[in-house]
Amino acid sequence: MTATPITPAAGKSILMRVAELRAWVFLAFLVIFFEVWSRIAYDATFIFNTYNLKAISVAATAPLILALGQTFVIISAGIDLSLGFVMGFASVIAAHMANYAAAQLGLPPFPAMIFGVLCGVGMTLVPGLVNGWLIAALKVPPFIGTLGMYGVARGAAYLIAGGMTIAISNPWYSTIGNDRVLGVPVLVILALICCIVLHYMLSQTRFGQHTYAMGASKAAASRAGINVKKLTIKIYVLSAVMAGIAGVLYTGRFSAGAPQAGEPLLLLSIAAVVIGGASLFGGSGTIWGTVAGALVIAVIDYGLVFVNVEPFWQFIAVGLVIIVSVLVDQAQRRFVGGRQVE
Amino acid sequence: MSDLTPILEVKNVSKHFGAVQALDRVSLQVHPGEVVALAGDNGAGKSTLIKAISGVYGYEVGDILLDGRRIAFSTPEEARDNGIETIYQDLALADNLSIGANIFLGREPMKRLFGFLPVIDREKMARAAKETMERLDFHVNRLDAPVAAFSGGQRQAVAIGRAMYWNARLVIMDEPTAALGVPEQRKVISLIQSLKADGKGIIFISHNLRDIFEVADRIVVFRRGENAGERVPKETTGDEIVRMMVGK
Repeated sequence: MTATPITPAAGKSILMRVAELRAWVFLAFLVIFFEVWSRIAYDATFIFNTYNLKAISVAATAPLILALGQTFVIISAGIDLSLGFVMGFASVIAAHMANYAAAQLGLPPFPAMIFGVLCGVGMTLVPGLVNGWLIAALKVPPFIGTLGMYGVARGAAYLIAGGMTIAISNPWYSTIGNDRVLGVPVLVILALICCIVLHYMLSQTRFGQHTYAMGASKAAASRAGINVKKLTIKIYVLSAVMAGIAGVLYTGRFSAGAPQAGEPLLLLSIAAVVIGGASLFGGSGTIWGTVAGALVIAVIDYGLVFVNVEPFWQFIAVGLVIIVSVLVDQAQRRFVGGRQVE
Repeated sequence: MSDLTPILEVKNVSKHFGAVQALDRVSLQVHPGEVVALAGDNGAGKSTLIKAISGVYGYEVGDILLDGRRIAFSTPEEARDNGIETIYQDLALADNLSIGANIFLGREPMKRLFGFLPVIDREKMARAAKETMERLDFHVNRLDAPVAAFSGGQRQAVAIGRAMYWNARLVIMDEPTAALGVPEQRKVISLIQSLKADGKGIIFISHNLRDIFEVADRIVVFRRGENAGERVPKETTGDEIVRMMVGK
């Protein structure tokens, strides 16, 4: 028997590595672009300005936290359209329950905040479990199942809030939402912790490994003994809980619970994942790619405002970036024939 | 060979789906280091039998013995834990994962980082992948590449490597060459010979008589859920096997 050396795409390994980093490369390019623009046009620095850095990173937190959960869902070859309103649902519950705890139970502000946070995040288990159950057990396509939940969560959030925003006056909430530690906004620190935890889950645990396997081939995953149903439910619960965290942070930042808190963020969360290099067909994507994707969107939004372009250009710019990302992904697939996941 | 205890012995097994008698008192033996080809037309009961062996289906009548013990697995995982691996024609690999990750899929080895944080032991997976693939005479130099980057035959080798790594006693191969080009089919045939040299029992299902004659020690023919006969390749011809399959 002759030896058959396996040398797949041996010369392309550098190309593959670069492709994995493409969202970061793109982010760097954007930052340089805005830096040059603002220096030429306004003789001001764009990025060496702590105010701008804080504004960009705070603006990125909410879409990023939604996108972290969405990353798992998209890698598993699903999609979660309910995230935006699950976030609003959690935001409203977190505000309402904190007020309830303070007014009816007589709790001091800190425990009242904790109570609100636990209720807000905890209640997202319901939409998460229902999404997972619809998709895993009843074989409802993720697009439809989570679209249904989008409506249900939206309605529930508005009903709980009585059609308005729920104002709160809890100093601890505004600590989470607006304070800084060593100059770094608490929101950004919390988002970073979420990134590290989810990166660990995706890249270092069986749960993450099986999510990748399921996204590539459900049949292969279940033949290997993976309980695909249970895994699906876990993934949608994770995604809803991340939306819950985003909702609670929103309540902190604005000292109010709002049903529409996440309305514009759903599409941004999907965009961040796609710009970050995940494929909507499943099987690929990374947390750090998604982080870069969320930062790309935040830099475009803030950068265009900073250089005084009419804000409507933001939509066009982000839209074009999404389309280009998908095209690059497809081209890369053709040339490289797949991507290593870790 | 028949003086050894067979790895697998199927005795008078029957199975029906509603009014359809899928298997009617079929029998079969597989010894260590033996390749038994299972031949038969579509609907002859080949797939039903291997599914009964590998825990996909239960069976009502008869006995299936693994190393002399009666088995009736209720899930494929249970069968796999007891040393029965099934390799499918459509590969059943996760294309986006490395060879090691596929060998260990569903059974990933864990280690502790900083003494407390459980993480997947990728070095162990890569090492096992390298060693296993070397036993199959595939020399891997890019252990982190996704299996999508490999050819069909190489991927079939990964599936076979998985069976080898987990010390399967019995390997069931359902049309392992069907999705492959001719040179790749040759490669899989040689992989089957390495499994055989390793002392595994192999059940080989194929529509390709040339492959069957090349690799099988015995050919068991099924027709409409029954044993239609058994031949040694040296003492028969393709024509005779086909006649047994169609019943003329």
